[in-house]
Amino acid sequence: MLRSDVSPGRARSSKTPSSKTPSSPPPRADDPVQLVTPDGVRREEPAYDAVVADVDDERLTALYEDMVVVRRFDTEAVALQRQGQLGLWPPLLGQEAAQVGSARALRADDFVFTSYRENAVAYCRGARPVDLVRVWRGTALTGWDPRSIGMATPQVMVGAQSLHATGYAVGCAKAGTDSVAIAYFGDGATSKGDVHEAMVFAASLAAPVIFFCQNNQWAISEPVGLQAQRPVADRAPGMGIPSMRVDGNDVLAVMAATRIALDRARRGDGPTFIEAVTYRMGPHTTSDDPTRYVDPPDAARWAAKDPIARVERLLRARGAWSDERAREITATADAFAAEMREGCYGLPDPDPMSLFDHVFVESSPTLERQRSEHAAYLAMFTGGER
Amino acid sequence: MTTMTMVGALNSGLRRALDDDDTVVLLGEDIGRLGGVFRVTDGLQRDFGPDRVMDAPLAEAGMMGLAVGLAYRGFRPVVEIQFDGFVYPALDQLVTQVARVHYRTGGAVRMPVTVRVPFGGGIGAVEHHSESPEAYFAHTPGLRVVTCANPQDAHTMIRQAIACDDPVVLLEPKRRYWVKGEVDEDLGDPLPLGRARVVVPGSDVTLAAYGPLVVTARDAALAAQDEGLSIEVVDLRSLSPVDLDTLEASVRKTGRLVVTHEAQRSGGLGAEIAASIVERCFDVLKAAPLRVTGFDVPYPAAKVEDHFLPDLDRLLDAVDQVMGRASSLTGWRAS
Repeated sequence: MLRSDVSPGRARSSKTPSSKTPSSPPPRADDPVQLVTPDGVRREEPAYDAVVADVDDERLTALYEDMVVVRRFDTEAVALQRQGQLGLWPPLLGQEAAQVGSARALRADDFVFTSYRENAVAYCRGARPVDLVRVWRGTALTGWDPRSIGMATPQVMVGAQSLHATGYAVGCAKAGTDSVAIAYFGDGATSKGDVHEAMVFAASLAAPVIFFCQNNQWAISEPVGLQAQRPVADRAPGMGIPSMRVDGNDVLAVMAATRIALDRARRGDGPTFIEAVTYRMGPHTTSDDPTRYVDPPDAARWAAKDPIARVERLLRARGAWSDERAREITATADAFAAEMREGCYGLPDPDPMSLFDHVFVESSPTLERQRSEHAAYLAMFTGGER
Repeated sequence: MTTMTMVGALNSGLRRALDDDDTVVLLGEDIGRLGGVFRVTDGLQRDFGPDRVMDAPLAEAGMMGLAVGLAYRGFRPVVEIQFDGFVYPALDQLVTQVARVHYRTGGAVRMPVTVRVPFGGGIGAVEHHSESPEAYFAHTPGLRVVTCANPQDAHTMIRQAIACDDPVVLLEPKRRYWVKGEVDEDLGDPLPLGRARVVVPGSDVTLAAYGPLVVTARDAALAAQDEGLSIEVVDLRSLSPVDLDTLEASVRKTGRLVVTHEAQRSGGLGAEIAASIVERCFDVLKAAPLRVTGFDVPYPAAKVEDHFLPDLDRLLDAVDQVMGRASSLTGWRAS
């Protein structure tokens, strides 16, 4: 979608508001926006409160449930890796609110492009328990059919997906829909050329895309200070993209910011950058050893800002907490984790010959020759005939 | 049939593709109002609008990554890389994304992306404007790599590439952009995208060429006729996959192979082709296959590029060698 002054008038012109002034997110201070304090106190931020006014106790409890389930299966996956059932796992411990709050703001027809740590996002999009572990067990390169849940295969190349989201968003505008694409990436990715180029294209083409950065303070061992001397949210305004900076451990603030960005995108006002300030409480992956670089008091300070505990405190303060409900949620989480474990055990190794599948839509003679040569080779071991 | 330059043939092919399929979008630097630095997209933005013929910010990786997202959303992006030497920033997205999304997703998501790259030297250009990067692409699983040697193939191939559900890199030999030829825009029964073609039939030596050197190889075959030598010229057309069946059939007839490309020799297409032919035809080979290529140096300054590029004399010299003849060049070559 080109800027309205050069647009041929196709696509979303009918949806573009008559006002020529694009909507802007609220003015931004360096301090992250917070709606729920770590102590569970609800703070007023009128511009943000307005878009989450519908999140009543029941909906807040549902977000709480999501985060509990996510933490439970994330813990289960780490255990599966420790038991040798998974080759690797990138824990999201501490980032539950950033992922759940944003993902739950999306519509089914929006499309998500993530990095590899966004398993909570995949859960919210509807990935099945077993889908979350396929890639990490090494039985497939994708956990799911991207179109079935509106979420691309998680990206391993840091930042590359920001461009894919932008291209997808441009396509949404061309097709005349008001669907939005969202790119999830980390603070390290904001040093990448791909992310910068994505912002250039998105701004130039007024693409309905959200750049959602989880600043979890670490790129493996490198602190965010090595990537940026200012809040990473500052990278966007120079591109002509407004940005927000929110407490990434505050599920309500994250949802509010995402909704504001979604609304801008759907109205044809272009991209928005969100920095969710959070903390990676675990290792980069199960192969990492954060004791070599994390300062324990620093981690302890962040542990006190836990995203789940603060929602429990808020619900209790409101008198909306129910031990009965909490037990149900725990049972739901345990069941999800159990299903993931069972699914993991049940994943068969792929057929060796499947490695030749899907290189092309229409395979090539060169590849088919290699396929038949390898089949003949394997047949020697099994005693089978060609 | 219409007489067209290769530029005109590509232009008309892109126009047909835009006409035929609303999901085709062109993306590139200066391809809109200017019509591209080589004018391949001349008039297309005027006729199809800036929503379908999009001038891109100067970011090749960005263009390639954008194409991935567009393809995810159901479009058929055609990316123009302005010059061969500018494709390297896009290599990351091309190799790690475009080429493997279909494989990664187990066939769920197709990447019908066409990448047009003017390539090759011989135009007296400055650095980074005369490269032959085809081996990088051909080494990458999931990419189809083709190159045209005449206006008809240019027209046919661009339309086939865009219609193909797999990513295709179309290498356009820029020094042949202005060569004219007859073009039939009604694609009756065109050669499949991956098929080679015998340009000149012959019986003594198979000379495999592609892109800009097909014309040179044909000239060499004509010159050799004067000496009673029969050279069979095969235009490979497709560099990944290489149509080894057609090449094998030719070598089984001639027993000798010379393969030529402008690209540097080591790790090049010539090595792959020679190895494959030796594997298949060792029993009939009368001489070791030879490669006539650019040297393993960076593309040189314009005033010495004629020494880098394979030419008619170097091709004939190689033919003499595989024929076991004394060089016909000895004694009279000027320099």
